[in-house]
Amino acid sequence: MSVNTGGVQGRGQFLPWLLLLPLAAYLLVFFIVPLVDVAIMSVTEPKLSLDNYTKVLTGSLYRKVFINTFATAGLVAICCLLVGYPLAYLMAHSSDRTALLILLLVTMSFWTSFLVRTYAWMVLLGNQGPVIWFMELIGVQDPPHLLFTRFSSTLAMVHILAPYMIMNIYTVMKKIDPALIKSAESLGAKGFSVFRHVYLPLTAPGIANGLVLVFVICLGFYVTPVLLGSPREQMIAGLIGHQIEEFLAFGLGSAMAMVLLAITMVILAIYHRRFGLDRLWG
Amino acid sequence: MSSYLNLSGVNKMFGDFQALDDVNLDIERGEFVTFLGPSGSGKTTTLMIIAGFEQATKGHITIDGKPLDGLKPYQRNIGIVFQNYALFPHKTAVENVYFPLQMRGVGRRDGLEKANRMLELVGLKGFSERHPKELSGGQQQRVALARALVFEPSLLLLDEPLGALDKNLREQMQIEIKRIQKRLGVTTIFVTHDQTEAMSMSDRIVVFDKGRIEQVADPLELYHRPNTRFVAGFVGESNIMAGHVVDAAAGLAECAVFGSCRYPADDRFSNGQAVNILIRPEHLKISRKAPESGEWATMTVDTIVNYGDNALVIGHSGDHPVRVRVLGADVVIIKEGEDCHISWRPEAVHIIAGT
Ligand SMILES: Nc1ncnc2c1ncn2[C@@H]1O[C@H](COP(=O)(O)OP(=O)(O)OP(=O)(O)O)[C@@H](O)[C@H]1O
Ligand SMILES: [Mg+2]
Repeated sequence: MSVNTGGVQGRGQFLPWLLLLPLAAYLLVFFIVPLVDVAIMSVTEPKLSLDNYTKVLTGSLYRKVFINTFATAGLVAICCLLVGYPLAYLMAHSSDRTALLILLLVTMSFWTSFLVRTYAWMVLLGNQGPVIWFMELIGVQDPPHLLFTRFSSTLAMVHILAPYMIMNIYTVMKKIDPALIKSAESLGAKGFSVFRHVYLPLTAPGIANGLVLVFVICLGFYVTPVLLGSPREQMIAGLIGHQIEEFLAFGLGSAMAMVLLAITMVILAIYHRRFGLDRLWG
Repeated sequence: MSSYLNLSGVNKMFGDFQALDDVNLDIERGEFVTFLGPSGSGKTTTLMIIAGFEQATKGHITIDGKPLDGLKPYQRNIGIVFQNYALFPHKTAVENVYFPLQMRGVGRRDGLEKANRMLELVGLKGFSERHPKELSGGQQQRVALARALVFEPSLLLLDEPLGALDKNLREQMQIEIKRIQKRLGVTTIFVTHDQTEAMSMSDRIVVFDKGRIEQVADPLELYHRPNTRFVAGFVGESNIMAGHVVDAAAGLAECAVFGSCRYPADDRFSNGQAVNILIRPEHLKISRKAPESGEWATMTVDTIVNYGDNALVIGHSGDHPVRVRVLGADVVIIKEGEDCHISWRPEAVHIIAGT
């Protein structure tokens, strides 16, 4: 009897790990191995040295691209917040049906392919596109170039990343106890005071999560900035691709990738120390 | 002279559902009034209408003669303690208490000082800088109370504030709330569905059932002279038997279970009227031998529940269940399964109109 239970228990402890095996194998083959490969390349191509890193960390071109990448990611994160917060609020405080509708609209962009979305923006913002046409229609002289600018790439990235922001803030808003709002009102706070002193601070964790998530994802964006952005304002991923495709500079590209990875890890580590990374995903 | 808080003809519909049906109530300044009633009887709804979070479908409310109609919750100056306390988790205890003062434009230095004094009053000296999640349930309760009182509200509303606390803490908080309420003299409405809590704390109790006020009375009156069968059954333990009046002038009724019962004559009843006869379990006396005088009946004992200082004897007389409360020392005279006699005095009999 007791032997039997022991056996069941033993298997019970082992089983969950067994279930993780396929995932672990997948990660090993398709993530860890290539990553290690990249790391090795960064110090062996074209010869065994740290030259690639010295170049990446001191070269003015690379510094400019890194700074541009961070500035863009920050801008995108803030724009996502400005767009996302009101939408999340609308979702959290409307009837279930309306909320579902907004959710569908928001996540619709999730279901269309990444590339399709990016090309859709090219069509919309292009010189023959409806936006320019409309501007000409209402009499704007010399409508500005929209495509291949910082504006167009930022706009597209905000469009793609806003759902992450919205979902993060929405889940936090949904969890706010309505009694807190009532109690604030009963204590003498009217509309904006309730928002400023109670609602906004209570949604702050969602805002922080959303900002970090969008920022970090944005750091590694490749397709959108390359296709829609200005060639003069490259982001790192684009530059890495450029180095490898045009110059076959595998070592330099790898070193840049490793630096980007390191910076991302540092950001996440700081965030984890401060807020707890587990909160990032709800 | 009109009362301090007045509710007149308050009705509340939620769609087709009538949550409140013609609620009329007067509360005096400084009074401690408890709303007692089963779940869904309309206690919270009444409170929310007074606080301004729900609009009455019909009827009016005045405080100190001033109508509340159309005033937003933040204009009413009413302190509320919610069941789960609703403390702001991102603010410390003292910041929570300072909040209503801040909203009233009190400066930070004076406000925090006042908030700290309030925390001291509720027995939380030294806990000012803690966040709600670093406080126990009872301590959070005290912070919520301090926050609802610090701005000198014209009315204090407490919606089942002790529901989440364990029994000891509950009793301690009952005493504490009473002490603070007396000290500040704030007019208070306290919601509970715990009748002993209502009994021990209130100046008066308002019994709700199905959106209607069944009775408003002080605790002893409510216990000994309930107006309706519902109140008699809801407040305290009871033996209620259907019967009818035999001689209204002399105070004599009759019921199938106990036979004829004398009661203190009451001219509200007339001969032949159907009534309910109420005798509280502690007013029945158990004996082995039949009493020589007075009124009595026989009973078979089914179960004895011992509480130490007292015991509840559950039995039946005919088909009707009977409950008798005896002192712990007296319980030795009977055993489960035995027959015995129960007797009572006419003053202990209370007659309630209706079937
Ligand atoms: N917003 C609402 N919409 C529809 N019905 C409601 C609403 N609020 C309350 N009710 C109904 O009104 C009735 C009274 O509710 P109320 O909350 O006042 O009861 P209560 O006496 O406080 O009960 P409890 O002791 O369970 O808190 C209930 O039947 C409830 O379902
Ligand atoms: Mg309630």
